[in-house]
Amino acid sequence: MSAEVLLFWAFAFSTVLGATFVVAARSAMNCAMALVATFFFLAGIYVLLWAHTIAVLQVLVYAGAIMVLFLFVIMLLSLTETGLPRVALSFSRVVGAAATLGLLALLVLSIGRTRTENVPWSAAHQASFGTIRTLGQILYTQYLLPFEAVSLLLLVAIVGAVVVAKPRI
Amino acid sequence: MVPIQHYLWLAAVLFCTGMFGVLVRRNALVVFMCIELMLNAANLTFLAFARQRADNLGHVSAFFVIAVAAAEAAIGLAIVIAVFRSRGTLNIDEIRTMKH
Repeated sequence: MSAEVLLFWAFAFSTVLGATFVVAARSAMNCAMALVATFFFLAGIYVLLWAHTIAVLQVLVYAGAIMVLFLFVIMLLSLTETGLPRVALSFSRVVGAAATLGLLALLVLSIGRTRTENVPWSAAHQASFGTIRTLGQILYTQYLLPFEAVSLLLLVAIVGAVVVAKPRI
Repeated sequence: MVPIQHYLWLAAVLFCTGMFGVLVRRNALVVFMCIELMLNAANLTFLAFARQRADNLGHVSAFFVIAVAAAEAAIGLAIVIAVFRSRGTLNIDEIRTMKH
């Protein structure tokens, strides 16, 4: 068993465990902490896929910025734990579980039928795949318009967040 | 090396975990976190196929997904704060004005 396989299973197991904890934990703070851990393990998976740039972005933007925002809101609202018993078996929960299991079975079956073999890599790929340089070249040439549109979207999100969250301006 | 199916199966499990949380949890903040989980599962699929096809465009898609997720989190949390201020609760069963 090579180191890559070993790392994959370690990261995959931790990711699924963290995700389960996000869904199962009772207090929102525990959920947020489990989500941070999940994002870190996912970044490890991304590195195994040769996506170094996206792995760094995952840690910086997701585990950093977005989760800090979540923690701020949790502390700002000082949420108490909801009094609902965790094991309550309501209709919506049963339907939700059934729908999820159905989708999971469908996905697993259809993924099992996809092609296994990878496209062979050239030496040029080996050196440039997933680097900031390559990604920057694509973003600033072929995908310049979507890139600028995203910057506009972020601006609108900033202004919108202030307008919505402030009691009066 | 790890076959690409393993990554896709991991993404499927992650997506379904997030979907289960969205359907079952009642705290609006936790629902948001589960949506982030689903977005990450989609990202993982993009990156897995990018690796299989030796194509950097999957990474570009993942980049855009992360940027849009940041915008979504900012707006969503602002809405959560506004709702909490006017209702005093985050239980999505009790927030049902738009239903009528």
